[in-house]
Amino acid sequence: MSLRLPAQIKQAMLVHAENCYPEEACGLVAGDRRGLRMAYPLTNVLASPTNYTIDPVEHFRALKHAERQGWELVGVFHSHPHSQAYPSPTDVRLAPDPEWVYFLIGLADRDRPQLRAFRIHDGTITEIDIEEETR
Amino acid sequence: MSTVKIQLPTVLRQHAGGAKTVEATGDTVGEVFADLARRYPALAAQLAPDGDLGVFVNVFVDDEDIRYLDGLDTPVRDDAEITILPAVAGGAR
Repeated sequence: MSLRLPAQIKQAMLVHAENCYPEEACGLVAGDRRGLRMAYPLTNVLASPTNYTIDPVEHFRALKHAERQGWELVGVFHSHPHSQAYPSPTDVRLAPDPEWVYFLIGLADRDRPQLRAFRIHDGTITEIDIEEETR
Repeated sequence: MSTVKIQLPTVLRQHAGGAKTVEATGDTVGEVFADLARRYPALAAQLAPDGDLGVFVNVFVDDEDIRYLDGLDTPVRDDAEITILPAVAGGAR
């Protein structure tokens, strides 16, 4: 399993993760048949270094924006400011959608942020290979 | 009695025959959900595991979050659009 990741979407996720540090950053990702189209940096209403909940109103607005473009929400991203880019037991327990891609940004080394992607289905974590695009 | 459209998140569509949007009737969100549960019993358990809105479910009537209106007593007009969203949460701990 692999996923093409446009450079601008990767950059949007990493910048949001850095801007929110030391709190967890979060957001949603939209796409269509052609691939990933947009990362929506959203508010972590918990404003916490160890947990996140996406602001539901911002989630709704991102959904409606995506639908107007002919896209769907296809994934979520969040950061682990002090640990690795791998789903925690909390991430697995709360994962809302087995069809979504779960992007994790690990900032244990802030000079070298890690970005990895997973699917989470029935408690099973499967890593997705990321193919970075230059655009 | 109002007839409304309900947009389901992908994770709930399997409980409604794969439909992205379903119809139900009622004059409040609670009545609409009760009708939805009659039409799609599998959805009922997902939406109201504790007899109320599921902890992990957010509901919008047209563009308004019902938490800032009257919750399940929020009135709905004919042709209103209800959007159900999963709560999106997690974290390192």
